Amino acid sequence: MVMPNAQRVIVVGGGLAGLAATVRIAEQGLPVDLFSMVPVKRSHSVCAQGGINACNEVARQQGYSEYQHFDETIYGGDYLADQGPVLEMANWAPRVIDLLDRMGVPFNRTSEGRRDLRLFGGSLFKRTHFSGATTGQQLLYALDEQTRRYEAQGEVTKYESWEFLAPIMAGEGDDRRCVGIVAQDMRTMQIRSFRADAVIMATGGCGLVYGKSTNSVICTGGAASRCYQAGAWYANGEMIQVHPTAIPGADKCRLMSESARGEGGRVWVPRKQGDDRKPSDIPEGERWYFLEEKYPKYGNLVPRDIATREIFDVCVNQHMGVDGENQVYLDLTHMDPEYLTRKLGGILEIYEKFVGDDPRFTPMRIFPTVHYSMGGLWTQHTPGSYRPDTQHGDHQPGWQAPIGTEPGMGMQVGAPNNMMTNIKGLYAFGEVNFAYHGATRLGANALLSCIFDGLFCGQGVARYVKEHEPAEKPSTAMEASLFDSAASAEQTKADNLLATVGKGKESPETNPYVIGRELGEEMTAACTVVKTGERLGTCTSKLAELRERFERVRLGDAATWTNQSLSYTRSVGDMILLAQVIAKGSLERQESRGSHYRLDFPDRDDSRFLKTTIVEYHQGDADEHRLSWGDVDTSLVKPRPRTYGKVDAKADTKPDKEAEPASTT
Amino acid sequence: MTTQASSAPVVKAAKTRTIRVRIKRCDGPAKAQRWETFKVPVGAGANVISVLQTIGANPVTVDGTPTTPVVWDSGCLEEVCGACTMVINGKTRQSCSCLMDVFCPNEGDEITLEPMSKFPIIRDLWVDRSRLFDSLKRVKAWVPIDGTYDLGAGPTEGPKQSELRYTLSTCMSCGCCLEACPQFNLETDEREWDTAFIGAHAISQARLFNDHGTGKQLKGDRLDALMGEGGVSDCGNAQNCVKVCPKEIPLTESIAAMGRATTFHAIARWFQSND
Repeated sequence: MVMPNAQRVIVVGGGLAGLAATVRIAEQGLPVDLFSMVPVKRSHSVCAQGGINACNEVARQQGYSEYQHFDETIYGGDYLADQGPVLEMANWAPRVIDLLDRMGVPFNRTSEGRRDLRLFGGSLFKRTHFSGATTGQQLLYALDEQTRRYEAQGEVTKYESWEFLAPIMAGEGDDRRCVGIVAQDMRTMQIRSFRADAVIMATGGCGLVYGKSTNSVICTGGAASRCYQAGAWYANGEMIQVHPTAIPGADKCRLMSESARGEGGRVWVPRKQGDDRKPSDIPEGERWYFLEEKYPKYGNLVPRDIATREIFDVCVNQHMGVDGENQVYLDLTHMDPEYLTRKLGGILEIYEKFVGDDPRFTPMRIFPTVHYSMGGLWTQHTPGSYRPDTQHGDHQPGWQAPIGTEPGMGMQVGAPNNMMTNIKGLYAFGEVNFAYHGATRLGANALLSCIFDGLFCGQGVARYVKEHEPAEKPSTAMEASLFDSAASAEQTKADNLLATVGKGKESPETNPYVIGRELGEEMTAACTVVKTGERLGTCTSKLAELRERFERVRLGDAATWTNQSLSYTRSVGDMILLAQVIAKGSLERQESRGSHYRLDFPDRDDSRFLKTTIVEYHQGDADEHRLSWGDVDTSLVKPRPRTYGKVDAKADTKPDKEAEPASTT
Repeated sequence: MTTQASSAPVVKAAKTRTIRVRIKRCDGPAKAQRWETFKVPVGAGANVISVLQTIGANPVTVDGTPTTPVVWDSGCLEEVCGACTMVINGKTRQSCSCLMDVFCPNEGDEITLEPMSKFPIIRDLWVDRSRLFDSLKRVKAWVPIDGTYDLGAGPTEGPKQSELRYTLSTCMSCGCCLEACPQFNLETDEREWDTAFIGAHAISQARLFNDHGTGKQLKGDRLDALMGEGGVSDCGNAQNCVKVCPKEIPLTESIAAMGRATTFHAIARWFQSND
């Protein structure tokens, strides 16, 4: 007999999304097994700096609303996100902030003791809550603490230093569902299966596909790729965010938060090409504040894809970079150093530690780098109660929102399919799904989407487990052979990789680290700021070459104990497949939208491409990564041109009043 | 396009040079440690991470012997996750922020990497710091909220108070304060963890939560834990912890504050028991 409490949920990944889900589900009385490659307190969410967006009382009295937060997110994402989930997220944002506040997050405070706010990209209202310049760290720690509380009570079991290898599926056709995972202990190298009635992937992004990015070393996208190879669909893979301001480095590129600009930081280069004076010796009139000049309204706070393209254009096309290099100034030196320390201490310290200059007194030198994946595992949801007869156009501040903020307007509360992949019982939360950010993510919306997923959609997972298939046929009652064979398949793959040690001659051709580096260089060159059909064609061939070489890969370590080379090499194979998906979407989307810019198709083309790219894996087929186009739900906000009031330098056109979202003035 | 690769504006001493890296290696628990030395070419902006990555791609020691890639722990590489802590030239610190332009600016300069000694070795430079997280349970380092449903905002607090809590809350559980502490010793037997010295980081976390409007509900429990064996009175006042903390957390102030609090707590308890 199966006891009701034999039901379990597995969460893979211990960042904000995974921990929020863990706490929410444990709270519903379901035991959770939490898997992470690192102690969860060291997850990549710790790197998030700037803040978390939510409508608040001050902004509200200036005419802002949850609805406008929603509108900004949709406009920022160039209409590619389904609108229901985004509406629900924006509506919940103030409640998410309140909850984090109750958990003890040390948000920056005003003199009256209330939560302080800052300006962020894509908005003219202060709606970003923050904790110094290490907001992600502080939010992660709060959720880590709550998770530890449940762990101490025995309701959460952590499997830290365990790597997810594959989902386990039972049944065929409509009955096919996820009933567990195979994982490997990264210390003992033991591979085993774990049963669960639902599995939540909260494994973050795939920055390592690009070699150097702002991501942590664990963000390979390997887990997402393994789900993709097991039949989960991957959507909008081509939508990769390149962050405008990072410090290039030998091992990675370190993020310099958008909050530096939110607090008043200005981006500029000398007006005279090759001007080699010290920045402080260059008078105001001889500095080119190109973002402020081109975007008088948003200035330095245009969305990231736009800032990135402008910086790229100034450096790469116009050769106006500082000292003739690919770098521009991000300048805070006009501001009070004490104020900067209080608001931005964490990131200023990073710059000082890794570059050696103090940004309070010397302008920082920065350049764009890969930062975030808007695309990810395709997920579904149950639409909320609000279904308009007509779409709404420009929303202005102070206008009454056409929709209330009651729970369930955008996405149904507790629906079991919220953020479920195309595979029943397999969910994707946080950065690893494609749901909230369309073609560009606005700054300070990532932390929100991760925590919102965990809390809001975690509820649906609990309902799925308690009321749907798992209630009838729990995974604990299934044949052991199903789980054993899944584990032994992964064991065989690992053994095969180990067997390559010492086989043949050492050569860069088959060295996993060399293959990984070439992959990163190729993807950075072909699939980031500016893409062309021709270059993507070359990229496709290069990826095929890397894949062929990977078939012959030669591992450098035969250890059966703590073999990091095995783990890395396995992920290189998975990254190549994911890179192929990203390149495929980039090639097929013959338009420019948000972060995806095609030089050969520079305009947005709603008639053909206001669609989601959905890629499905068919191993061994000629068309292995099969791409189809999914409809996008634009039922609430009508698409309008996304110009952010750009002033055309050539013509004397005024900022396009109709085209931009609402402003305070 | 060539983004980062060609552009590194980073550090001043930019010349390419070859440095020597001595690494204390170990194949696993209960295995003997041994030294291996590598010659590694480095350029501008190199750090211990990029050096270990270079060795990993071609692991051959200085005398030409092929070996295995070095195992080490790392994560964010921007000194905010705490993972890559190790002992470098005899001092505990994060390896990501250890720049070769500072540590090995000249041709032939040498650097020494060792695993932390107060935690069991897993392999090479990777140690098992589970005990560190376990001690956070010991002091109930959390706010006991009534669940995750929307119940309005938390308690308000002034900017000074929130800035202090922020500073305490930047502790990334890296373990530097424990590695440097003469009272904190390697303890492989988990059963001893609850009575061995807990260390500065957990004492400071107890202070963090005792200072929060709701967190202080568990103040008594935390002080009870810190009054017991291995608690705050085991601190020998060497003050090494505060010197090595990469986040400059005022650990000795936290220890003093919790020392006082346990004294008051003990007196209050004595009066209660004599009612």
